[in-house]
Amino acid sequence: MTLSVEIRHHQGDFSLDVAFAAEGGVTALFGPSGSGKTSILRILGGLIRPDAGRITLAGDPLLDTHRRLCIPAHRRRFGYVFQEPRLFPHLSVRQNLTYGRWFAGRTGGRADMDHILDMLGITHLLERRPGTLSGGEKQRVSIGRALLSSPRLLLMDEPLSALDEARKAEILPYLERLRDELDLPILYVSHSVSEVARLADRVVVLADGRVQAVGSATDTLGNLADASGREAGSVLTGAVSALDPETGLATIGFRGMSLVVPPAHLVAGQRVRVHVPARDVLVATEKPAGISALNIVPGQISKLTGVAGGVVDLAIDCGEETLHARITEVSVGRLELVVGRPVHAIIKTVALERP
Amino acid sequence: MNAWTLSAEEWTAIELSLRVALVATLASLPFGVLIAYVLARGRFWGKSLLNGLVHLPLILPPVVTGYILLILFGRRGPIGAFLDQSLGIVLSFRWTGAALACAVMGFPLMVRSIRLSIEAVDQKLEEAAGTLGASPLFVFLTVTLPLILPGVIAGMILAFAKAMGEFGATITFVSNIPGETQTLSAAIYTFTQVPGGDAGALRLTLIAIAISMTALLVSEWLARLVAKRVQP
Repeated sequence: MTLSVEIRHHQGDFSLDVAFAAEGGVTALFGPSGSGKTSILRILGGLIRPDAGRITLAGDPLLDTHRRLCIPAHRRRFGYVFQEPRLFPHLSVRQNLTYGRWFAGRTGGRADMDHILDMLGITHLLERRPGTLSGGEKQRVSIGRALLSSPRLLLMDEPLSALDEARKAEILPYLERLRDELDLPILYVSHSVSEVARLADRVVVLADGRVQAVGSATDTLGNLADASGREAGSVLTGAVSALDPETGLATIGFRGMSLVVPPAHLVAGQRVRVHVPARDVLVATEKPAGISALNIVPGQISKLTGVAGGVVDLAIDCGEETLHARITEVSVGRLELVVGRPVHAIIKTVALERP
Repeated sequence: MNAWTLSAEEWTAIELSLRVALVATLASLPFGVLIAYVLARGRFWGKSLLNGLVHLPLILPPVVTGYILLILFGRRGPIGAFLDQSLGIVLSFRWTGAALACAVMGFPLMVRSIRLSIEAVDQKLEEAAGTLGASPLFVFLTVTLPLILPGVIAGMILAFAKAMGEFGATITFVSNIPGETQTLSAAIYTFTQVPGGDAGALRLTLIAIAISMTALLVSEWLARLVAKRVQP
């Protein structure tokens, strides 16, 4: 199922000119505020009509301004999860959830509904009123409501941005289950590297209404070193190779290296993505002893890139993976770091806490 | 006959007033909702003109409104003649004409109340309903309408109260015919014009107060009931 998108749109001073394609799985639209992510999603959902463009899903045209075709939002069958839950205050949770099912026809039976409710952990909320739910519960109900309308595609517009860290951590595992258990393409808008790193299979990087890069999460997010300050780093994809039953610490195996991460309800063999922030990576020229960090990874410097403000981004090849470390120019000079020099990258396990 | 017993004519006036007010309120409701929606959401040329037209009966002297109705809906008026010849409907000097006059007089109050509640509806909810597959009409029926219900009820009560008290436009348009167009207000007015009519005027005044109070209490109760359902 391919979604192909080609849009040109002007809104005040802002101009949007993008073209990309999305396959099954989670495609993230990633970029800073004002880069056009939400506008693209609203155009896809049929909530804005662009100046020009063409959108097709599995060959089925939804928008074609040349042919003056624009399928209205209610006939696109795209589920839409907004930043705010937007639950109907006059309906109960159950009525909110079944609202879209009226229009979806008789697709998806009772079992399907039970599965979705169970997956989102909202079965016990059915008889409540939206006003009595917590922020996290509301957002889960709104995700369930979108899913139960039997969409062909799910559009999610920063569904976690209005929630605090604890609520985010509460919902993220449910989103991972959605991705892994439902055969539904998802377009996920976010400006958080860690969220995208954790969920997305493909990433479309946007800036100022243009597509900057398209590719796998590992390729695109790992190369953001220059682009985004605090969250710059590497995104590695691996599998859980060992679990310590006593401490709960998990060892994730990557290509030619491994990392120990904090407990996070993982199971052996599970495929996971880990975001290693560049500012949390230390560099040593000799293997340090007597240090608390659990991850000491040998590697070789492959690239030195100067970043503004006396800071250097080091790319370190460890096995077949690349880690990024952000250190000062002073340290680079003192340790005489040059391309090709063998070093150890040191990462505290705590720094790898999953969002 | 006891001073507190109502005569048959007085009963007729009360019954007629209630019927006229009820019909006026219910018949103007669909138009009220439609015009309120158009004024709240529409963007078109002449919107201020439509708004002014709707509010005109509020500002004009009621006698003027009644006279305009007589010119337009009288048997020889452009609309009245058409209704008479093609549909056989006669409004002038009939109780239906009184209902029309009351509806016109109460219309601005009804539209105002409904319009304010439509403007208060969060359009993001309607957008969400659309993405779930609901057509615009269905969104209106299942999301907008339930959310504006308190405003609709308030508007209906206001229009009903206005219709119960309407005098000037009604008497100008359909006159003061006992049993056909003599409403409560007109009956009280008639009593005050004849010697010894004070007792009758007082009886009907008390009835008018009772009806108005009941309508007000019922509306408060309904509004509270609905608000509890609509608010989280």
